[in-house]
Amino acid sequence: MVNLVAKSPCAALLPLSAGNVTLTEQHPDALTSVAPFAEKEVEVSASLTVTHGVAYPAVNHAVGKDGARAIWFGQGQAMVMGGKVSDDLVQLAAVTDQSDAWAVMRLQGASSADVLARLVPVDLRSSVFAEGDTVRTELQHMMASITCVGTDCFDIMVMRSFAKTAVHDLHAAMKSVAALSI
Amino acid sequence: MRVTGKGLINRDKQISFSFDGKSYNGFEGDTIASALLANDVRLMARSFKYHRPRGPLTAGSEEPNALMTLHSGARQTPNVRATAQEIFSGLEVRSQNNWPNLERDVMSVNDMFSNFLSAGFYYKTFMWPRAFWEKLYEPIIRRAAGLGALSGLHDEDMNEKAYAFCDVLVIGSGPAGLMAALTAARSGADVILAEDDSRFGGRLLSEVEDVDGKPGHLWVDDVIAELSAMDNVRLMKRTSIVGAYDQGTYGAVERVSGHLRGAHADAPLEVFWRISAKQSVLAAGALERPVAFPMNDRPGIMTASAVRSYLNRWGVAPGKRVAVFGNNDDAHRTARDLAAAGVEVAALIDSRPDSGPSGDFPILTGAEVIDTKGRLGLKQITVRTNAGMQTISADCLAMSGGWNPSVHLTCHMNGRPVWDDKLLSFVPKDGAIPGMTVAGAAQGVMSTAGALQSGLEAAKTALAAVDAKVADVTAPQAEDAAYNIAPLWQVSGKGRAWLDFQNDVTTKDVKQAAAENYQSVEHMKRYTTQGMATDQGKNSNVGALAVLADATGRGIPETGTTTFRPPFTPVAMATLGAGARGAGFAPQRFITSHDMTVKAGAPMIEAGLWYRPSYYPEKGELTWRESTDREVNMVRNHVGITDVSTLGKIDVQGPDAGAFLDFVYTNMFSTLKVGRVRYGLMLREDGFVMDDGTTARLGENHYVMTTTTAGAGEVMKHLEFVHQCLVPDMDVQFISVTEQWAQFAVAGPKSRVLLNRILDSEIDNDSWPFMACGDVSMGGVQGRLFRISFSGEHAYEVAIPSRYGEALYAALLEEAKALDGGSYGMEALNVLRIEKGFITHSEIHGRINAFDIGMERMISAKKDCIGKTSAARPGQVAQDRDRLVGLKPVTPSQKLMAGAHFYNVGAEATRENDQGYITSVCYSPTMKSYLALGFVKNGPNRMGEKIRMVDALRGVETLCEICHPVFMDQEGEKTRG
Repeated sequence: MVNLVAKSPCAALLPLSAGNVTLTEQHPDALTSVAPFAEKEVEVSASLTVTHGVAYPAVNHAVGKDGARAIWFGQGQAMVMGGKVSDDLVQLAAVTDQSDAWAVMRLQGASSADVLARLVPVDLRSSVFAEGDTVRTELQHMMASITCVGTDCFDIMVMRSFAKTAVHDLHAAMKSVAALSI
Repeated sequence: MRVTGKGLINRDKQISFSFDGKSYNGFEGDTIASALLANDVRLMARSFKYHRPRGPLTAGSEEPNALMTLHSGARQTPNVRATAQEIFSGLEVRSQNNWPNLERDVMSVNDMFSNFLSAGFYYKTFMWPRAFWEKLYEPIIRRAAGLGALSGLHDEDMNEKAYAFCDVLVIGSGPAGLMAALTAARSGADVILAEDDSRFGGRLLSEVEDVDGKPGHLWVDDVIAELSAMDNVRLMKRTSIVGAYDQGTYGAVERVSGHLRGAHADAPLEVFWRISAKQSVLAAGALERPVAFPMNDRPGIMTASAVRSYLNRWGVAPGKRVAVFGNNDDAHRTARDLAAAGVEVAALIDSRPDSGPSGDFPILTGAEVIDTKGRLGLKQITVRTNAGMQTISADCLAMSGGWNPSVHLTCHMNGRPVWDDKLLSFVPKDGAIPGMTVAGAAQGVMSTAGALQSGLEAAKTALAAVDAKVADVTAPQAEDAAYNIAPLWQVSGKGRAWLDFQNDVTTKDVKQAAAENYQSVEHMKRYTTQGMATDQGKNSNVGALAVLADATGRGIPETGTTTFRPPFTPVAMATLGAGARGAGFAPQRFITSHDMTVKAGAPMIEAGLWYRPSYYPEKGELTWRESTDREVNMVRNHVGITDVSTLGKIDVQGPDAGAFLDFVYTNMFSTLKVGRVRYGLMLREDGFVMDDGTTARLGENHYVMTTTTAGAGEVMKHLEFVHQCLVPDMDVQFISVTEQWAQFAVAGPKSRVLLNRILDSEIDNDSWPFMACGDVSMGGVQGRLFRISFSGEHAYEVAIPSRYGEALYAALLEEAKALDGGSYGMEALNVLRIEKGFITHSEIHGRINAFDIGMERMISAKKDCIGKTSAARPGQVAQDRDRLVGLKPVTPSQKLMAGAHFYNVGAEATRENDQGYITSVCYSPTMKSYLALGFVKNGPNRMGEKIRMVDALRGVETLCEICHPVFMDQEGEKTRG
């Protein structure tokens, strides 16, 4: 039998740090996109509550914690991070395994919002974008999902093939912000 | 010359820099201009057209004269305003637009011919002979034009872009701006205070006056200290707001490290900010205008406010014997400040007859300066008084023609300012920029007390708009003198009177424009170049249109202004393009086999944002053709693998998934059996082909659609549009899975043998016939297998979760090599598909419908689909349309050229005789001939006919035969085998 070795999207790229900010790769157990069929959102929510302890998220919101989190991911879609969803969920929603499709990175540190202000055209200051807020937006010139998962802590998701450019852009912004605070 | 006891510079910190190779000393806080003036250097530049000697006219970012070049080598930066650039130790500054040097500039010969070089000179002189324009005149003019020059080397500085958000953006930090920021900040609003200068305070740094019972600059320090301690305030000095745009968005340039010696290597030179503000307060102040009197451009002649700035802020007397000329009370203020500092005031010349003495200096009322002398710097002025002419020796003349409120930003969304007869200037029109309130001198409020109160009121307006409660703030005590001004637009006399110093436009040019019927202010501007380029009318706009109004017998308000356009201050292209240089221009997408592919020496080519292997050179192969021919033969005879992960993959699920696909594709998908794949054609609303690809049915309500690499995003957008707008009731969901799966084509007679060495369970022709699909297991990992072929061979595409992509590629390659196979790249893939007559976006290029590619029968008669009606229009199915055919040269070795056109044998190769064109070309090692796909008028009915291919661009002509587009295995036996 052929022996296949797995490689994560940011392998050999992360971790990195500059100034007070660090960028690390996250390895959620699974990533599953869940898009409820017509009028099934309540039932989908109930199912997710059983398996992940989270409800189906409202627009621009993320619910849960590390290990089990549901992130609003666009119109009628949520990305569920953590363990596998219920097998029965396919009756209620389009369920698609996305575990290998996205690079998940965590930007953490006092200046992390300043770093993102160099790349993201959305107001991510803590007074506006706090824990549990999420947005689908641009990161420099690629699309991304950005979620605030704690104080000065953001989870950034970009499509896997973009990982190298994303890390490069984030690192450049991290170094620049660090240089400015010296 | 430094003046003891004056200035806000740090005299404890001396700084050495060089100008034109000579070393000078200044102090921390100096600009290049203030430091050079302190060293008695008045000559700093040569003018644009006449190469006239020039010194600074102003003391701020509006400077038209003192433009210089910083640094050398790749970092060389031209046209930097010496009045705004701070000095630092080791700074290297050079004058520009002169040869061999600033004092003796050969091109100043232009000045002797100024009579011939006035407005319209080029248009009149270089009209004939006509052929000379392009060959002779334009190259010479281009060489002579411009001020500073770029190095021509690759720019090494790093710039950045950033976004900021606030409730209230305050633009300018003079008394009005500071009061507005303080009020908004104390009221709890998120405030950004942006200041173009290196120091907050605006005119309060340049005037001798008290605010709140203390010197103005100390009040500024107190306010800034309070603001900087507040979390809701962001102080941005060295930040110029350069443009006002829709929805409260402002462009801003922050100068981050250009004033520092040895800034951190990671620090950007400048940051281009996009500031999104719910409300803004424009407190940009006002700019003093020069007076258009004869010979008013000599070094040493500057605005009165600039003289006060140099004296009070930088402790520099711009001359030893200073004369002052003006039409308003600020002229008196200047003379008083100079006298108080111990600088000799030669005379105060006030154009107003009713003005009285105001200090211990000679005053000439009802008088005007009508001439000046001094080649490289002012030496003497001639004054016309009621009593006659009088010459006065002076090395500096401070002039004040009144103040122009800085209305520029209010005009960026097409607002036109309004003329104020009392102020003799334009003031902003209310509501010109939604969400912007104008305060202080920018609004025409000229006293300090008035500005403070106006800033406070503006903040209240802004706060009310964002529903914030206003804190109890009162404006401090300050100077509240009236602004007395009388009109003085030009002084008659011999000699030229400059209006626009930067573009060398004089009153004579404006009058000439009017005389030649360029009477509209916009026409005058273009005819004379007044107010063009980086100046954007800051210094000359009002003066020039006053002269135009006079020349055309109209009033100033009827004459109107030209348009003030962004940017307010010049912005470097490098700053605008920050981050997008080189590889930063676009993100890069990499396949999982990228590293191995690069290691194998394959040149990568871009496909969309993806990078794909072109071919895999082997030892001894000298050209890409050798490698490609080998790879094609390898696939046809053995087995080849290639990474096809870049093709778009869209997961479609839901009870209406089949119906939805029936609607977006021309053919039926609801009838496709689970576990089978079908080729689909997708049309746009106009009936032309949008994309094509295969779609697999994985379950009752579950499909996976494949798109072309470049079409993936467009197709996704199209599906969203169709679902959201055309069939919102269909219960269907889709999401991209392009990145979830690494997918490899395995093609060739030995493809199944290879696969069976990888798959955990073997397959055969019965279990996996042509167009079958399903789940498979490889090394215990679940993947998907599709039996589809883009080469015409017995072929498969095998998909695995991307984390295993590299490992699977390595395993496939190893097994392939054991079967005399290997990797093949895009070039071979292209040859294989052309031999088999498969189309790509080279063929379906946007002007091609299903009929043109012979697929009209794929538009199902049993159902409706997008584009069906449009595709049935008579013109869309006309026999003589350009239709897909194959083409081969009559002599196989003769080249075919992509993009070449066809003409009938015996017909001339002209547009009218055009018979079609080639879209794809290859050399086929299988057929031992060049082959092409292309479109020929009524092509399918002309099989066997000879036709001329002419490539006019590359000079190639080949006689071709029109043939079937499928060159090999038309029955598809190999594919099904």
